[in-house]
Amino acid sequence: MWDYIKLIALGLAAAVAAYAASQARDLPYMVNMIEAMLAAAIAFIWVLRTMGDPKPSQNEYFDSVIRAGVIATTFWGVVGFLVAVIIAFQLAFPQLNIELGNGMFNFGRMRPLHTSAVIFAFGGNALIASAFYVVQRTSAARLFGGSALGWFVFWGWQLMIVMAASSYLLGGSQGKEYAEPTWHIDVWITVVWVAYLLAFLGTIFKRKEPHIYVANWFYLSFIVTIAMLHLINNLAIPVSIFGSKSVAVMSGVQDAMTQWWYGHNAVGFFLTAGFLGMMYYFVPKQAERPVYSYKLSIVHFWALIFLYIWAGPHHLHYTALPDWASTLGMVMSVILWMPSWGGMINGLMTLSGAWDKLRTDPVIRMMVVSIGFYGMSTFEGPMMSIKAVNSLSHYTDWTIGHVHSGALGWNGMITFGTLYFLTPRLWGRSGLYSLKLVSWHFWLATIGIVLYAASMWVSGIMQGLMWREVDSQGFLVNAFADTVAAMHPMFVVRGLGGVLYLTGGIIMAYNLWATVAKQPKTTSASIAVPAE
Amino acid sequence: MDYHILREFADSWAAAAMLIVFIGAVVWAFRPGARGTHADTANIPFRHEDKPADPGAGRAPRPDDGATR
Repeated sequence: MWDYIKLIALGLAAAVAAYAASQARDLPYMVNMIEAMLAAAIAFIWVLRTMGDPKPSQNEYFDSVIRAGVIATTFWGVVGFLVAVIIAFQLAFPQLNIELGNGMFNFGRMRPLHTSAVIFAFGGNALIASAFYVVQRTSAARLFGGSALGWFVFWGWQLMIVMAASSYLLGGSQGKEYAEPTWHIDVWITVVWVAYLLAFLGTIFKRKEPHIYVANWFYLSFIVTIAMLHLINNLAIPVSIFGSKSVAVMSGVQDAMTQWWYGHNAVGFFLTAGFLGMMYYFVPKQAERPVYSYKLSIVHFWALIFLYIWAGPHHLHYTALPDWASTLGMVMSVILWMPSWGGMINGLMTLSGAWDKLRTDPVIRMMVVSIGFYGMSTFEGPMMSIKAVNSLSHYTDWTIGHVHSGALGWNGMITFGTLYFLTPRLWGRSGLYSLKLVSWHFWLATIGIVLYAASMWVSGIMQGLMWREVDSQGFLVNAFADTVAAMHPMFVVRGLGGVLYLTGGIIMAYNLWATVAKQPKTTSASIAVPAE
Repeated sequence: MDYHILREFADSWAAAAMLIVFIGAVVWAFRPGARGTHADTANIPFRHEDKPADPGAGRAPRPDDGATR
């Protein structure tokens, strides 16, 4: 019965999408609707062919969707890093904005492609897959909602990525940083996100453990808060239901404030709380000892979520935003330093008594470096939110450097560690194909981040100082183009850092593939999960 | 809707209530006798790695508060 309803819904969705594509007012919308139609058609065929299959046993974890998530994370990671390298060199060598692409491959359209690919495709898939892994294991229960819900979340998210990416390149955007997807994609994100929340929360409700492990608190706060941020920041009225253009409900400084309330909490909850969930599960697992202090993890959690939500206005210092709001943002950002470092200490001290593992286990080394970068960027961030510092750093490359020491160092490295942890377990292999390659990845990525961050510090501070410089008559000394010319060498160094990071990512992809393809299966039957 | 709702919120009892909830959560974490619960919870990742608990069985009982393990 349920299968028939699904078939009818998918058939209707395909027909509606096809009609919308035929009525489309603009190219991004048309392409998106064709993609949606194809996705609905493929899902229709899949549901039809698997109708009446026996239901999977509740006695085993739902791991096939996590395996797909590991593959997707690796794939989108390499894609995102590749686009990153291209746009880095586009900034250094503007000729790379090739005319033949007719605007499609210009920096302005490639940049949101890069940010969305690394944050929402690489990071998002890592979060979804690891959340499904962690919530099942720590609840001792199979994922809620059967196979259908888990697969819907996974494939729905991939469809969102493909729609957003093609929309950006064809010129579709709402012009809000990290919230570029146009209104119809936003609606789809909401649907997938609610399904994700349902699967996660349902698993927690049917848990067999008396308590909810701290990693799940972090994951849950991430899912709930992102839902709220997404809905409020994307309040908009479409010009036509057959076009991608929409008009934001809020305007002016209210809109700016909402955007950065969203933007900063996307960092705080997507890139911090969610990834802290990873840290609180995978670091103890890899170190084979429980988290250093469970009490500290509780305090970390509550302090982080109570404080982060206030920090957004520091993105709008010296703008039309009233002074009290930006001061509030600054003060809260500085206070936020404390819980962040509490969490860092908790993660690092989990290794106390097992520090020798750093020498022998490159995976734990990766995790430790990622926590180190978490500490570093959560110190740098509060510092940059102080108005006096911000008057120099704002609008310069320093901000870009800060974001990347957090994103490449913290988010990237903890995800790599998680992927190295998960792959042998999910495919039932005795161990990783090569620890030597993990070491190579580790050093390439670390040196790449150092090149990136260092060049952006130099370039950003120089840029800020050049903008300020006035002569004896009080005239500004430098034109904007002068700063751009002066930054050229740093742009090249940044691009090279990106090449190293990308190379590391490709090595990881090979290593993970070889782990599955070339490593012997473990004898333990319980890990070798059959196809579902 | 504009940023004044933030101002009004900061002036209201709701902000104080949030602070109290936060302090309450921290104090609750440090309550005497939480040690056993926390030690048990911190070890959750080391159970049920390969297989869920028996789906038919009920939820495992809470460990005794105050028990040092």
